[in-house]
Amino acid sequence: MRGLYAIYRKEMSHYFVSPVAYAVVPIFLILSAVFFNMYLADGIKASFEASMEAMQGGAPIPFDVPSAVTGAFLSLVGTILLFLTPLLTMGVYSEERKRGTMELLLTSPITDWQIVLGKFFASVSLFIIMILPTVLYVVYMFAHSEPVPPWKLIAGGYLGVLLLGATLLAIGSFLSALTENQIVAGVLVLGISLLLWVVGFFAGTGNGLIAQTLQYVAILQHYNPFVRGVIDTTGLIFFGSWIFFAIFLTMRAVDSMRWRRA
Amino acid sequence: MIEVQDLTKSFGDKTAVDHISFSVKKGEILGFLGPNGAGKTTTMRVLTGYLPATGGTAKIAGFDVFDDSMEVRRRIGYLPENPPLYFDMTVSSYLDFVARIKNVPPEMRAARVDAALEMAKIVDKRNELIKRLSRGYKQRVGLAQAIVHDPDVIILDEPTVGLDPKQIIEVRNLIKGLAGSHTIILSTHILPEVSMTCDRVVIINRGKIVAVDTPENLTLQLKGGERIRVEVQAPERPLRDALAQIPGVRKVEITSLGSAGRLVATVEANQGKDLRSQIAAKVVGQGWALYELRGMNLSLEEIFLQLTTEDTTQNPAEKAERN
Repeated sequence: MRGLYAIYRKEMSHYFVSPVAYAVVPIFLILSAVFFNMYLADGIKASFEASMEAMQGGAPIPFDVPSAVTGAFLSLVGTILLFLTPLLTMGVYSEERKRGTMELLLTSPITDWQIVLGKFFASVSLFIIMILPTVLYVVYMFAHSEPVPPWKLIAGGYLGVLLLGATLLAIGSFLSALTENQIVAGVLVLGISLLLWVVGFFAGTGNGLIAQTLQYVAILQHYNPFVRGVIDTTGLIFFGSWIFFAIFLTMRAVDSMRWRRA
Repeated sequence: MIEVQDLTKSFGDKTAVDHISFSVKKGEILGFLGPNGAGKTTTMRVLTGYLPATGGTAKIAGFDVFDDSMEVRRRIGYLPENPPLYFDMTVSSYLDFVARIKNVPPEMRAARVDAALEMAKIVDKRNELIKRLSRGYKQRVGLAQAIVHDPDVIILDEPTVGLDPKQIIEVRNLIKGLAGSHTIILSTHILPEVSMTCDRVVIINRGKIVAVDTPENLTLQLKGGERIRVEVQAPERPLRDALAQIPGVRKVEITSLGSAGRLVATVEANQGKDLRSQIAAKVVGQGWALYELRGMNLSLEEIFLQLTTEDTTQNPAEKAERN
């Protein structure tokens, strides 16, 4: 346990001086702030128009601005994360291999799983720090809504964000463990992210076996229910198994560094 | 403390280490000597558990490096060829991290970090970022990392690379100071280093052990014969003849010093013979001026070259003929 904490601590202090983190986090925050504003303005305008129509005649159409904005905003955050999170983990192992520090870790009395989990938890912590400010936007909007929508919506949505992020980080770590080159690792993760994303478009059409299989792989398909505040067991299992599988593969990859390195 | 039996490591069809066996006693410093690509680093990596062996066994403190890897890792400090440094950490936070992953108990950590800083003589650099340090200081941080947890066995892969002469001496003294309470293996291709620091030398070439002995014995036995350097003022031909006449002389080589007809003769004698007095008598007897007369040991460098180049002639018949 002490070994895991030592790795976690080292990774965290690394992120705080890492240029990558300082580039990715602000870009994410700026993008999400801009889009949140746009969606909120749109939502308010739409609801205003709806109530105008209701005044001119007929019954008022109920229009739930906070839920609509949260849904639209979190779907967009999902897409942004698909592209940005790979950048956070692309150096996790490849940099250590390149610098030769992997040799230090692998000859120290710590197990492979302490290394892998320590690094994974650190990347998830950074991810949480990155998305935390956006929680404030949504909470602020909810607090100022009349009537206040169910808080469950935020909880469900952000559980989805966390699961999506953790999955991407775990996949990213695995790919980073495969190569000494950070950029190659980054491109690989980006490729996989794109694939998982694009697959969702094709999965929408057709009911055949292939379409169903694709549907199962399409990462955002499983993310969307969470965005609507639905905590969906299929989604939990989907993300949980991706995370578990990617961590398992990372451990194998770390173990194999001993065997391959000439 | 360290037992290596028939250790073999191949990468594909290339054999990097070929059935080597040696042992190191507790408190001893063993030097690993060989040209680049001889298999020094590979052997060390197997000992640290970083690489699994293809065949044979290696034990440290009675624990097999493969089967009891954790026990072995607890007992070793290792400085790889390239010091494994995190460039964006300060020296002391780096050493603190290493102490943590090496299982140093929390209450002893600060004291151990201080001790390592002290021993590696980098106390004044403790708050500097590692990336700002010069090559020599980085190497010393690497060394501090290998001793921060006070391990029983210290494995150093070319510990003095990149240091200036003053630092080299300091590091050698540090290594010597660690001996006794620690067992040390160090590799190098700098030969004087071995004769200065090590109790015993393993010369390795093309994955095979060529010789194992103390530096003194290697110098003495392996190449035998004494050599004597004589500086005289004399005509060349008569000097050569006169020296060659002395019984026990095997070979005479003469070079000119260029100034005022002074010559330097290098006389190789048969093993175990000290011909200095005869040579002096001869030179003086001829009426030549004798400026210097000095016995020279064959340097380890020459032995090393001899051993490692001889090994490349694969044909034993040819080798026998030459001898």
